[in-house]
Amino acid sequence: MPKLIIDGTEIEVEDGITLIQACEAAGVQIPRFCYHERLSIAGNCRMCLVEVTGMPKPVASCALGVNDLRPAPDGTPPEIQTKSETVKMAREGVMEFLLINHPLDCPICDQGGECDLQDQAMTYGVDASRYAENKRAVEDKNIGPLIKTMMTRCIHCTRCVRFMSEVAGVEELGAIGRGEDVEITTYLEQGMRSELSGNVIDLCPVGALTSRPYAFAARPWELRKTETIDVMDALGSNIRVDTRGREVMRIMPRNNDDVNEEWISDKTRFIWDGLRTQRLDQPYIRKGGKLRPASWDEALAAVARRLKKAPGNRIAAIAGDLAAAEEIFALKDLLTGLGSPNMDCRQDGAALDPAKGRASYLFNSGIAEIDEADAILLIGTNPRVEAAVLNARIRERWRRGGLSVGLIGREAALTYDYDYLGAGPDTLRQVAAGKHPFHRVLKRAKRPMLILGQAALSGSDGAAVATLAAQIASATGMLASGSNGFNILHLAAARVGGLDLGFVPGKGGLNTAAILRAAKAGKLDVLYLLGADECNLEDLGNTFVIYQGTHGDAGAQAADVILPGAAYTEKSGTYVNMEGRTQLTQRAAFPPGDAREDWAIIRALSGHTGEPLAYDNLSALRGAMYDAHPHLAHIGAREAGDAADIEKLSKARAALGKKAFGQAVADFYLTNPIARASAVMGQMSALAGAPRTRATGTDG
Amino acid sequence: MLADKDRIFRNLYGIEDWGLKEAKKRGAWDGTKTFIQNGRDWVVDEVKASGLRGRGGAGFPTGLKWSFMPKQSDGRPHYLVVNADESEPGTCKDREIMRHDPHLLIEGCLLASFAMGANTAYIYIRGEFIRERERLQAAVDEAYEAKLIGKKNIHGWPFDLYIHHGAGAYICGEETALLESLEGKKGQPRLKPPFPANAGLYGAPTTVNNVESIAVAPDILRRGATWFAALGKPNNAGTKLFCISGHVNRPCNVEEEMGISLRDLLERHAGGVRGGWDNLLAVIPGGSSVPCLPADTCGSLSMDFDSLRELKSGLGTAAVIVMDKSTDIIRAIARLSYFYKHESCGQCTPCREGTGWMWRVLERMARGEAQKREIDMLLEVTYQIEGHTICALGDAAAWPVQGLIRHFRHVIEERIDQYAANPNPDGAVREPVAAE
Repeated sequence: MPKLIIDGTEIEVEDGITLIQACEAAGVQIPRFCYHERLSIAGNCRMCLVEVTGMPKPVASCALGVNDLRPAPDGTPPEIQTKSETVKMAREGVMEFLLINHPLDCPICDQGGECDLQDQAMTYGVDASRYAENKRAVEDKNIGPLIKTMMTRCIHCTRCVRFMSEVAGVEELGAIGRGEDVEITTYLEQGMRSELSGNVIDLCPVGALTSRPYAFAARPWELRKTETIDVMDALGSNIRVDTRGREVMRIMPRNNDDVNEEWISDKTRFIWDGLRTQRLDQPYIRKGGKLRPASWDEALAAVARRLKKAPGNRIAAIAGDLAAAEEIFALKDLLTGLGSPNMDCRQDGAALDPAKGRASYLFNSGIAEIDEADAILLIGTNPRVEAAVLNARIRERWRRGGLSVGLIGREAALTYDYDYLGAGPDTLRQVAAGKHPFHRVLKRAKRPMLILGQAALSGSDGAAVATLAAQIASATGMLASGSNGFNILHLAAARVGGLDLGFVPGKGGLNTAAILRAAKAGKLDVLYLLGADECNLEDLGNTFVIYQGTHGDAGAQAADVILPGAAYTEKSGTYVNMEGRTQLTQRAAFPPGDAREDWAIIRALSGHTGEPLAYDNLSALRGAMYDAHPHLAHIGAREAGDAADIEKLSKARAALGKKAFGQAVADFYLTNPIARASAVMGQMSALAGAPRTRATGTDG
Repeated sequence: MLADKDRIFRNLYGIEDWGLKEAKKRGAWDGTKTFIQNGRDWVVDEVKASGLRGRGGAGFPTGLKWSFMPKQSDGRPHYLVVNADESEPGTCKDREIMRHDPHLLIEGCLLASFAMGANTAYIYIRGEFIRERERLQAAVDEAYEAKLIGKKNIHGWPFDLYIHHGAGAYICGEETALLESLEGKKGQPRLKPPFPANAGLYGAPTTVNNVESIAVAPDILRRGATWFAALGKPNNAGTKLFCISGHVNRPCNVEEEMGISLRDLLERHAGGVRGGWDNLLAVIPGGSSVPCLPADTCGSLSMDFDSLRELKSGLGTAAVIVMDKSTDIIRAIARLSYFYKHESCGQCTPCREGTGWMWRVLERMARGEAQKREIDMLLEVTYQIEGHTICALGDAAAWPVQGLIRHFRHVIEERIDQYAANPNPDGAVREPVAAE
């Protein structure tokens, strides 16, 4: 633990940190542009220069390790000055250099008001310019529909370059040229093919890289900021939703080291235009094959009439991927009251069953545990598109070295090296039986883990795959000494919550596939879709279909009655992420038109059916929910499963099929109704599918 | 004047053949095996005792630098990298060594590598040196053939030597940028620490030396440290290749004793200043990056590291650029500024932005199209660059401008006055310098 004297105050700091971190620990703010805690050190902006007594020149505090400083011969710790005249001059000098070629276009720059250069120029700069020459102009680059470039503003900190190559793992951004002609570009002027590219907007300390969809839309000081949770994947990324009036203007990440660090995927960030289009803003009733606007009373009465008429076992409900725990809980209560055991929250038919214990469907090790893993077996999953931020975490771990990754399933570019073990069940069987070399890799590892994806679980032999995975976990020491490396990678934000609440078929009840079959065969009278759009709703026979949701998507097409609900930015809802962490969304905006919060719709409907649910407001509902499921009350906390469940699971009988594992996410950009309504996501999807380069005539 | 018997580079002018046979006649590869048998510490101590200071410009004691290499390998290989990216304007000494006396360099590589426990050495040669690379490669091939170097050689120290051709960037002569370039990356200087002796090429302990420093090492061992230390002045020992260019009657490269007076150097070897000593305006004593010195300081100027440092200039690479009174000194320095602007790698802020600023202001000053207050502003800008950058290119760009303002402020002021009295789109004196 080295000791330092920073501005006259002695402080003891951790080993291995850099001077800038030590200064921060001492409560001294050091200005910086290129330095970022989660990226490698570049030391190129020179803004963080400090004076170290005994050193002839000021040093870049971001690059100098505290262990590289030696105490004086008499034992006095090294002295650092951050407020001396030399340091002040150095900062003013660097600031002046940064500004001479930076355009004075703050009034039309989207970064205005949240610009590091603006802020630091105010604090550390001088007030006048001495530069009488012409300023540099740089051509803007096309790096895709998400990121708008204004390269004249670039101060060459290379944060974006380092992020793309280090975190995103896509070497598509770099600097060309030399001296004052250095330019940041993708070389080929094509959009970057990364699911995380939007993060460079946050990283850019100036307005060189800004959000293209948000361009010129708002100023930061006129936005209301709401801290909430993302539902685009099952990671539960912490986000901040910025609204102006009723409109969501943009979405930004919040830091949470246990979940998303400070990154979010492009889908999370740019989904917000989908919240404005294709919205269901009033109830509809289908009359003569056509959907007609209706009042809430009419719609609820029509639904209640059907529900009352139908016997319990001819009523069914499917909960969708974006539903919050509150509405799932209320819907389950409603169905139970109606005597129906037919409910399911697994639209894809994944073989996950709360009866097998909570550990059987959680990402048990926790997301942060990836940082410690030294062997990972991926089964039927492509984390890059299923949970992009989690994939970046695996890459970060891989970059540190000493991590072996094996993949069973469909091959994909994952941004890190992996051993491709095989396509499906046969390989899985070999690994489970210890006949595959990767079995030894896992066994020898100190912190092995496996990640089981929905593609492997949603086949007809999904349960057997889970059992074999549990056998691997048990045999390779993943369950030893309190740890649990048996991890399910979920796709749907609502899934773990739904399973926790037991929104699965009751005794004699039908699951999703059976419900849809029954509907087609005319064995079902009423089908209640709670935002369920991802299952095959094409032929539901004469079943009366109720769709409660936000967007005019597949479910609304099939519906006889549409009840407009609230999207995740428009309600306070409980979501449990894939690792079992309970988190709460907050209302950032109001639902459009007559749309209502989802739990309230179900509560109102229960009034019409004559058996009102026992809660009149959200807190009463939550009270009842917390009584039944106490862990949902611990917001922000992760409730772990019991490793014994996995041992039990591994003992089950397993009849594996032959079919190779498919892919769970065919198109990263279009996985849910909000994304499908988003023009930006549509554009990205089209680009992702487009051929990378035009044929040149020389490529065979 | 240096006696012929004390010369190290006896074929500097290429009068004799460069090949192994002739080189051996001149003394190369003589006793090499004995030096290796004397052991690693002996070699380092001998070089230390000789007082040899790095010939690449900074003048860091070579023996001391070698001694920084770990005594025992921790499993990583050690590397010697020879900096043959000679690009400093005015400097052309390493090129002559590689052209005409390549075996001295190769022998030096073997001995230096042995002294630092390295079995592999790289020579990073400047991109424009195409013939020199061919010559050097031919010499290396000869040495391999004669089993002087190679995995199994007659000296008993397994040693491989590779020649790597750069692409002509000045910045790749900076040692860490050179390592980056050698690794196949963009030539941009690294942050220090870690220093190359701890983590250099491919993360392994590495020493980077100038061609001349390495090429003189065998002769120091052959003739003894005391011989070398006796030449020159205290703390500035030995002989040195001087590159004399500019307004002299016979520009040349010459090996001379350190500490020779500038006047002697110019008059004995270069035929004197064009138009006589009194026609001297200024000299740049050590390659383009050191500040110039006006004629009045040149009379008794001693050409060594310490004397020149006292005059706020430097010996640098000992490339003496002589300017007589016909020189437009502002234009001359503006041209150097353009060079540094062009060669700045663009990595760190002060150099990237500052070099262009300095050049533009100097271009205007050369025409007289400036304000007098801008002279102090320009000087301040040089201080804002100096010492604030990752590598020394920022310093190198700032020093010539500082030298100009320190010694020739009156010339700039006169030019500004001339222009103010008679504004002319082409400037006060003559046509503007074209921006190459």
